Amino acid sequence: MTTTSVDATGRVSGGAAGPSPAAPGPDRRRRRKPPGTPQTWTAIGFAAPLLAYLAVFYAYPLWRNIELSVHDYTVRAFVLGNPEFSGFEKYAEVFASDSFGTALLNTALFTVVSIAFQYAIGLALAVFFRANFRLSGVLRALFLVPWLLPLIVSASTWAWMLNSENGIVNSVIEAFGGEQINWLTSPDTALTSVIIANIWLGIPFNLVILYSGLQQIPSEMYEAASLDGASARQQFWRITVPLLRPVSAITLLLGFIYTLKVVDVVWIMTTGGPGDSSLTLAVWSYREAFGTGQPDFSPAAAIGNLLIVIALVFGFLHLRMQRGWEKS
Amino acid sequence: MRTRSWPKTVLGVVFCAFMLFPVYWMVNVSLTQTGDLRRSTPQWFPTDPTLEGYRAAISQQLPSLGTSLVVGLGCVALTVVIAAPAGYALAILHLRGGKALNFLLLVAQMIPAVVMAMGFYAIYVRLGLLNSVPGLIVADSTIAVPFGVLLYTTFMAGIPRELIHASRIDGAGPWRTFTKVVLPISRNSTLTVSLFAFLWAWSDFIFASTLARSGEFVPITLGIYQYIGNNTTQWNAIMATAVVASLPAAILLVVAQRYVAAGVTAGAVKD
Repeated sequence: MTTTSVDATGRVSGGAAGPSPAAPGPDRRRRRKPPGTPQTWTAIGFAAPLLAYLAVFYAYPLWRNIELSVHDYTVRAFVLGNPEFSGFEKYAEVFASDSFGTALLNTALFTVVSIAFQYAIGLALAVFFRANFRLSGVLRALFLVPWLLPLIVSASTWAWMLNSENGIVNSVIEAFGGEQINWLTSPDTALTSVIIANIWLGIPFNLVILYSGLQQIPSEMYEAASLDGASARQQFWRITVPLLRPVSAITLLLGFIYTLKVVDVVWIMTTGGPGDSSLTLAVWSYREAFGTGQPDFSPAAAIGNLLIVIALVFGFLHLRMQRGWEKS
Repeated sequence: MRTRSWPKTVLGVVFCAFMLFPVYWMVNVSLTQTGDLRRSTPQWFPTDPTLEGYRAAISQQLPSLGTSLVVGLGCVALTVVIAAPAGYALAILHLRGGKALNFLLLVAQMIPAVVMAMGFYAIYVRLGLLNSVPGLIVADSTIAVPFGVLLYTTFMAGIPRELIHASRIDGAGPWRTFTKVVLPISRNSTLTVSLFAFLWAWSDFIFASTLARSGEFVPITLGIYQYIGNNTTQWNAIMATAVVASLPAAILLVVAQRYVAAGVTAGAVKD
């Protein structure tokens, strides 16, 4: 989540600080220029690199991806460029595959459980850090470290910590009289293992966003509440939770969209195995295309497009919610 | 709400220690003797530290560190060159259809990297761009460009109109206004965008493992990955490489943190 989470912050702060009617002065509002004036062409000129970039490096790869999914691309056809058109056959194959049910269920578990824990722990920490105690700034900054590390670094560290024979986790469990757990190599625990690592990775993102959300709740509210004799618990449920609702919703939705895309962590720790036991849709797509000796791009592209559709549905939900708040 | 109590600090330190334990463990293992790695009870502290892991890491991974540096810097340059003028067009020149473009950029950020990787692979196979540094720079930049444009747009929209008008009255054209007024004011945004563009390119695994997996130039993330595949006994060397790969992120953030913090809030007038 290193990459994904940061751009989310930019977006969230952009959304929160964006054009709300009250904030900027009237001189900052848009003034429509009549079309065809030199001004318009200048604007297009400055945006031209981006427009060209989006067309060549976003639209074209996506188009190629759709094309891959509706053709039967064997390795040979891939190099020669003469695949057979197969329509939605590849999609049907994906849906009928034995791995599909497992991958769908794993994806649901992976995203929902990861996000639930990331959010709960992130919120608890944000509330904890809201009180300005000694060193709180430094400690809060240190919490960001997992977020900054390259994913391969965190994932391989976790893989070694969860190693069956030499891992520190099993060593602690055995010291307390427990039995050795084959975290990454047993089908029963592989998914749990990658979820644990992913929760750890996502806590900083949740902490940062929820903390900045808490900063926007006026402290007078808490002061008034404690004057009225409200307990800390009452303050949390009656003030923090309701006033944090918009920020929470955005955090959860972005978390969902970004967890859906996760490949690296799972791939590095378990490669989706053993068998299909920790296979998610994104990892499945990666495995079909690049993970085995024999690349199978057409089904991989079909799975990828399915992922885009799921992400977009929730993305639109996010945009609608954001728009709703900007209006209110 | 200022509590000056130590118990909370102690609790905070405990939470932090718990959270950062994997990072500590990475450093600890990187300093462990090879012979001690396979002991049934791992050593909690590097009582007998060795640098053999680091020696192995440096001797084998130096070229890939160089590759990652070049890819990261290239990605920064490409991202800023595209995002800064686009932000100017959207925020100050009021590009027509700007709302739709903003929307497209949001959608772009939702596309899974694995999908982009397949698309790029299909294109690069034909163009012979697989395993090339420019090819990887372009692919990695797709992570940062939408973010960069949105960040520049948000910041530039807050630049006081008076500055732009003053520049126009002085006879500066849009290009001069952009380079002499808007860009210098947006310095902090440029730093933020550059910082993240570099970090994302440096940390990228998916594009590296699909578009540059068998070339001469392998970025550091892939170096670690191949390391894991090749010699699973030398975890001290793997963890040492991991520590080295984490350094730029740590350094950049410590050094540039104040710019990031100052970035969005500091206005031109105060400068």
